[in-house]
Amino acid sequence: MKKKGKAFSIVYITICFLFFYIPIVVTMFFSFNSSKSLTKFSGFSLKWYEELISSNSIMEAVYVSVTVAIFATIAATILGTLTAIGLSKNRKIIKDLVLNINNIPIMNPDIVTAIGLMILFSSIKMEKGYLTMLLAHIAFCTPYVITSVYPKVRNLDPNLANAAMDLGATPFQALTKVILPMLKEGIYAGILLSFTMSFDDFVISYFVTGNGVQNISIIVYNMTKRTNPTINALSTLVILVIIITLILVNTVPALVKRRSKRKMDKSLNN
Amino acid sequence: MRHFTKLARPYIIWAVAIIIIPLLLIVLYSVTTGGNDLVNIQFTLDNFKKIAEPIYLSVFTKSFRLGVITVVICLLLGYTLAYIISKFSEKAQNILILLVTIPMWINTLLRTYAWISLLSDNGIINTMLNKLGFDSVPMMYTDFAVIIGLVSDLLPFMVIPIHTSLCKIDNSLIEAAMDLGADRFHTFWKVTFKLSIPGVLNGIIMTFLLSISTFVIPKLLGGGQYMLIGNLIENQFISVGDWNFGSAISLLLAAVILIAISLMKRADREDTEEE
Repeated sequence: MKKKGKAFSIVYITICFLFFYIPIVVTMFFSFNSSKSLTKFSGFSLKWYEELISSNSIMEAVYVSVTVAIFATIAATILGTLTAIGLSKNRKIIKDLVLNINNIPIMNPDIVTAIGLMILFSSIKMEKGYLTMLLAHIAFCTPYVITSVYPKVRNLDPNLANAAMDLGATPFQALTKVILPMLKEGIYAGILLSFTMSFDDFVISYFVTGNGVQNISIIVYNMTKRTNPTINALSTLVILVIIITLILVNTVPALVKRRSKRKMDKSLNN
Repeated sequence: MRHFTKLARPYIIWAVAIIIIPLLLIVLYSVTTGGNDLVNIQFTLDNFKKIAEPIYLSVFTKSFRLGVITVVICLLLGYTLAYIISKFSEKAQNILILLVTIPMWINTLLRTYAWISLLSDNGIINTMLNKLGFDSVPMMYTDFAVIIGLVSDLLPFMVIPIHTSLCKIDNSLIEAAMDLGADRFHTFWKVTFKLSIPGVLNGIIMTFLLSISTFVIPKLLGGGQYMLIGNLIENQFISVGDWNFGSAISLLLAAVILIAISLMKRADREDTEEE
């Protein structure tokens, strides 16, 4: 009976993971196809990768996606972290109000956030393009930073900053040397979330962009109208980058911890 | 620490400008006609009345039906997967959960695009069916394709919260139920499942919210004529240009979802308080 259950478990998990991963694997596989077919593999070639690199519009989209994600993450992390710290010291009514407002973009469907921003930008006659896309990304990333940092701020001892300042630290030093290091975990989670949310976004970018500014998602959306193995090549690269990042994020902290522990053991032994 | 109260101020201003004002603009558009030109502004409820017209109403019922089907499939598949994963050793669980989350980090668009090459008429599945001697089955541009796309996109959102709830369950409760004579089914139904309800609710909200408001998956897998709420909104803003009607639909969608979430959250809170 037990054995049967175990076998079922493994079969079930395998089927689920096949369901998740087959499309991804197929995409990657056919990016190395020498013909345009997405069903018959006629030979190994890197020609779609060459086409990808020589395509100006795709390279530009990659540039837009990467730079918007970096700038939006930096802005959202700074704004979100400072807000989370400030908020915990505010009166409860303000705190609750801001946190509730902060939840709106998280709970609201993307498409509603998107059209809201689209109407906003056109109401103030802002030209749609890179800047509007960046502002929109900061707008939807910041709430995620706040929700990941705020719980860590609440767990802090409220006397920490006072202690630092009593010992002669300026408020700025208390913030950077005492408070921020203690929030590290929440801030890292916020950075990871912001970057991937921004890099992944299609719906909001699609509605607030203009003047031919496209990110990766938008260019894929516009190219899917016909089969195009260049998208497979692009997918493969994006997927590899994401998987490598995730593996690093999941293993490096453990490695660093082990290493610093070893260092500490060593220094203790000395 | 009083020094730091000011740090929240920039965000309060920013939030009003970029969260509150856009919402108010949607409300304004939904009850007016003729753009936001203040001279020609006219208040009306026609935009909402238009939603009740049969063509648009059918879009709503179709979205709702697809959302429910997606949620049910995700719940059945996802609960089983989360339950099985929770029975593994902690180390194996971490790896399995990482494997469930990886697809979430990969662009929805790229993953949906990948399904096209599997499902299309001369795609991989049909080529394989032909080789086995079966006829091709048209799958692209059907409800089936859209549901496959939605389920594969949303399943992780069901698995993760349920797995989190299942992990929190104290094993001694299950042992106690067994000791007290409950059979495996009753132990599962009355103890395990009951204690995992917060995760289930969370999963249901997330998958329903995402499936009812999507427009990429139905557009790529359902074809240009396939209309769900998301596509209808996109249509009004991008091709038709009726921003007022589009705003009215968006407002309704946002209201339904926000109310649903707050009701579920309240139920969740009452549930935890009871215990």
